[in-house]
Amino acid sequence: MNFDKRLLRQLKLVSVPLGFTVFLSLLTSVAIVGQAKSLSRVIDRAFLEKQALESVWPLLLIFAALGVLRAVFHWGSRNAAAQIAAKIKFLLRKKLAAHLVRLGPAYTKTRQSGEINNTLLAGIDALDAYFSEYLPQVLLSVLIPVLILIFVFPIDLLSGIVFLFTAPLIPVFMILIGEIAQAMTKKQWKTLNRMSAHFLDVLQGLTTLKLLGRSKEQIRRIERITEDFRGSTMKVLRVAFLSALSLELLSTISTAIIAVEIGLRLLYAKMGFENALFILILAPEFYLPLRQLGTRFHAGMEGFSAAQSIFKILEEPVKIPGRYEKERVGFRGVIQFKDVFFSYPDSQHPALNGVSFEIKPKQITALVGASGAGKTTITSLLLQFIYAQQGGIYAGGKSITNFSADEWRTLISWVPQNPYIFHTSVSENIKLAKPTACEGEIIEAAERANIHDFIQQLPNGYDTIVGERAARLSGGQAQRLALARAFLKNSDFLILDEPTSSLDPQVERQIYKSIQQLVENKTVLLIAHRLSTVKKTDRIVIIDSGKIIETGTHTELLKRNGAYSKMVFASGERNG
Amino acid sequence: MRTFIRLFRLSAEHKWWMLLAAFTGFLTIGSSVGLLMTSAYIIARAALHPSVAVLAVAIVGVRFFGISRGIFRYLERNISHEVTFRILAKLRVWFYRAVEPLAPARLMQYKSGDLLSRVIGDIEALEHFYIRVLAPPAVAVMIMILMWLLFNIFSSVFAFILTVFLVVAGTGIPLLTQLLSNKTGKELLSLRSELSVMTIDGVQGMADLLAFGQAGKHFAGMEKRNKKLVTLQRRMAIISGLHESLITLLMNVAVFVLMMAAIPQVSATLLDGVYLSVLAMGTMAAFEAVIPLPQAAQYLQNNLKAAERLFEITDAKPLVAEAAKARAPAQETIKFDHVTFSYTENDPPVLKDLCFEIHKGDKIAIVGPSGAGKSSIANLLLRFWDFQQGEIKIGENSLKDISGASMRAEIGFVSQSAYFFNGSIKENLLLAKPDASEDEIVKACRAAHIHKFCANLSNGYDTQIGEHGLFLSGGERQRLAIAQMLLKGCPIMIYDEPTANLDVLTEQKILQTIWALAKKKTTILITHRLVGLENADKILLLKEGEIIERGTHADLAAKKGIYYQMWAIQQDTFQKDIDFLKIM
Repeated sequence: MNFDKRLLRQLKLVSVPLGFTVFLSLLTSVAIVGQAKSLSRVIDRAFLEKQALESVWPLLLIFAALGVLRAVFHWGSRNAAAQIAAKIKFLLRKKLAAHLVRLGPAYTKTRQSGEINNTLLAGIDALDAYFSEYLPQVLLSVLIPVLILIFVFPIDLLSGIVFLFTAPLIPVFMILIGEIAQAMTKKQWKTLNRMSAHFLDVLQGLTTLKLLGRSKEQIRRIERITEDFRGSTMKVLRVAFLSALSLELLSTISTAIIAVEIGLRLLYAKMGFENALFILILAPEFYLPLRQLGTRFHAGMEGFSAAQSIFKILEEPVKIPGRYEKERVGFRGVIQFKDVFFSYPDSQHPALNGVSFEIKPKQITALVGASGAGKTTITSLLLQFIYAQQGGIYAGGKSITNFSADEWRTLISWVPQNPYIFHTSVSENIKLAKPTACEGEIIEAAERANIHDFIQQLPNGYDTIVGERAARLSGGQAQRLALARAFLKNSDFLILDEPTSSLDPQVERQIYKSIQQLVENKTVLLIAHRLSTVKKTDRIVIIDSGKIIETGTHTELLKRNGAYSKMVFASGERNG
Repeated sequence: MRTFIRLFRLSAEHKWWMLLAAFTGFLTIGSSVGLLMTSAYIIARAALHPSVAVLAVAIVGVRFFGISRGIFRYLERNISHEVTFRILAKLRVWFYRAVEPLAPARLMQYKSGDLLSRVIGDIEALEHFYIRVLAPPAVAVMIMILMWLLFNIFSSVFAFILTVFLVVAGTGIPLLTQLLSNKTGKELLSLRSELSVMTIDGVQGMADLLAFGQAGKHFAGMEKRNKKLVTLQRRMAIISGLHESLITLLMNVAVFVLMMAAIPQVSATLLDGVYLSVLAMGTMAAFEAVIPLPQAAQYLQNNLKAAERLFEITDAKPLVAEAAKARAPAQETIKFDHVTFSYTENDPPVLKDLCFEIHKGDKIAIVGPSGAGKSSIANLLLRFWDFQQGEIKIGENSLKDISGASMRAEIGFVSQSAYFFNGSIKENLLLAKPDASEDEIVKACRAAHIHKFCANLSNGYDTQIGEHGLFLSGGERQRLAIAQMLLKGCPIMIYDEPTANLDVLTEQKILQTIWALAKKKTTILITHRLVGLENADKILLLKEGEIIERGTHADLAAKKGIYYQMWAIQQDTFQKDIDFLKIM
């Protein structure tokens, strides 16, 4: 019933508030029984013994005082439960975020980012109701009925038996019918989501519909789809609601049975009025927590399913190879790939199948290959987002995994093809490369990346929050912002993904000018797409299906008459 | 308040259903009031040891109420969900109807998916307007009336006491919790969106964060907000716990006060002692009606905000005044006569004093740097916006006299980002012409050079293309968009940057298709890429809203003006790169 061991294990972290919740819930139950006792006695005396208000007054006060205490205890146990929820949510979210960082982009890239975000935000929040409402309710639905039974049994065996045999039926019904209904409603919610998706689709494509002259007919279609949905959903719900019906019936009929049963025995003087009223007052209290459990069932369900996606991420193993020595980072020498093998978990073919090549210092090495050839994998390995499964990568003769990934990355500037632009100010975005940078440095970097003029046009200049209204960046602008980051970081080793998206020719020229400035005097790995750029590099590495097929300079490769020269010849450049 | 009334009116169509649902809700709680009051009556009567016959009616009553509550609850649930779905359908149609004339000009700011999904979220929130907002107070009021009538049988004092407590519990406590949670709620909202943005940044931008060694710092910032968030959420939980506690407290106090009022009356033999327990149990049962009220108040606030946002959109006036005096004649000349146009009043004009003519069968290229106003020409011809000065004539008619729908029927428009619906290729194509035959579809796709691709897919034309056509590559999307427009069958084709976001190789192929099609149709190609323009009859070079050069490619190349300079830069590299890519 919605219990996840991993989730319950979290409760160990909150033993103090957990103890409070249990204790206060117990006190609440005691107060409920006490109230029933005092009220039935008051009424008994006033009604049968004809006592005046003055003589029942103390008892009535006890009733009121217990009422106050009950409210206080209840509130207290809710507070403690809220504390449990807050602490567990905080810790799990923290753990989840930390684990995601350890898993790195290699993991997040392969998952739908929306799903991960959802788990981190809504998923964790769904645990709130689980811990602050569902679990306390489970607790109450055990404590209150048990306590009531303890008091009722000595007074009246028959009523006790009715309680005892009807109470377990409620959870049994709930599980039996609940599960069938749950499966049905779940399916129905899926249809509902699909229907919302359709509506969103239509709204987003409204312009297209207008262009095609089809926008007016959609009204009827939306009407029809929602109508169909209503019909099919109501069919399902009519069955699902039977569970509510049977739960209600069970508790009200039981109350009715008890009323009649004790009423008849009272009639034949087999029972006292006070005890009878005591049991009658307790009857609804007996069933109430069990019925409420039904309404909180949904919260439990949500928390339970959220837990599945949370723990699915948390249990994902982190693949970081053991480090052999802690060394200060720093390299002057050549970067070598030696027989590197890498295969992605869900793929049949290795992404890199024994790759060896060198990136020489102060040179530009061009990496050329079709998409899917393994260029991105090489970048990810160099950035230690993933690790070679066989072979290794060496910098100045030492395996790069000797250094911690964080330290190693301080040596690298990376300009990806689709740089991520954060929802902060433009200057914060550039400062990512060097958080301590002063304004002057930022502006200089932006100028060198040819984006300074654009930034100044933005409503708040460098303080404009990216992504809002006018400040949506085009692909070319994002690339220039990434270049500005690289200028600011100014590290010796540069991994550069050449832009392929077709930009304004003028803009493209500016970007190339910037790149030329940037690569000067640096060790560069250029992921190249264009002959015109490849020609100008010091060394060309051609990769195909995870294997290096040729390396050398433009002239060397032309002489070799291999794959590269075929490409060049086919492009019509016969003179080299 | 006005928003509330408008919102109420929207669902007013179903008022009888709503009333019925509320009434069954009332009967549900009424049944438990009845059950507990008759039960109390039975045992109190029985304590006096009368004959069984005295209790017979009450026993039947108890059995009746014991069963009726469950049945009423079942009916109430069914009816109220029925109402909810009806309201949802109504709201969707209402919103679509209101928004359809506004597209795309007034909806520009909602272009991004998340804003639009927020709109949809608002509509979905409103679907619960009845169940969560309208029904609980209606039921509570009916129960209060019932209790007044019942207790008034014994004494108006009792009726008065219970009503006062119910009213306090039903209005005072919601107000109190609202007051307490208002500030926290607002803080919570902004903090949550802050954390949400940081989470998205952290997950999607993780590679960049790690590469620059900033992941630790970013996630520390997240942790800080995380801590604050759970603290605020805890505060909210404490407030909602308070309301539960206060309602039970009020119930107990109500019983207490009632006893104080009733016991002296029993002593004075004004009231039969039998009814003491009946009054106590009745009071306890009646409080069930006020429990959902604080939540209703909260939903009301949310719903009003959602409704305001929606009304703001639907209240906008369409930018283009629809006047349908004449049909759009396809065969005639389009003439721009000193046209000046700006998107909003405050913006500088994007087109300034524009003059040119397009004749039937022309192949026109409109070129220039981005932001020169090229796309605005298409937006005017499609009647998505209206120009401010000058005149556009279609033959003898002013464009302003032609309805948007009939103008769009003449034009096939292919933009840089065609929109596709989640469905099969065929379904998307059929949108253009619902009664198209298989042959027509194939013919259009052949002409757009996409037939082979479609035919080779596992399910052919019935292959699903995913949300927004995600399973298609950029080139395939553009071809499919062209096929769609061909199927629509219109004499004029406008291409607005059809090759933006495509690689050079795909660009070349698409352009070949476009010019091949141009043999049969009037064609306007809007582009900043000066590739293959030798095919155009006329090139208009636009800069900052003005035509600065016009003529054929040969004319402009010979003139060695700005067009020539731009063309030369692009020629420099592109041609060779195209071939290089082809081999890779």
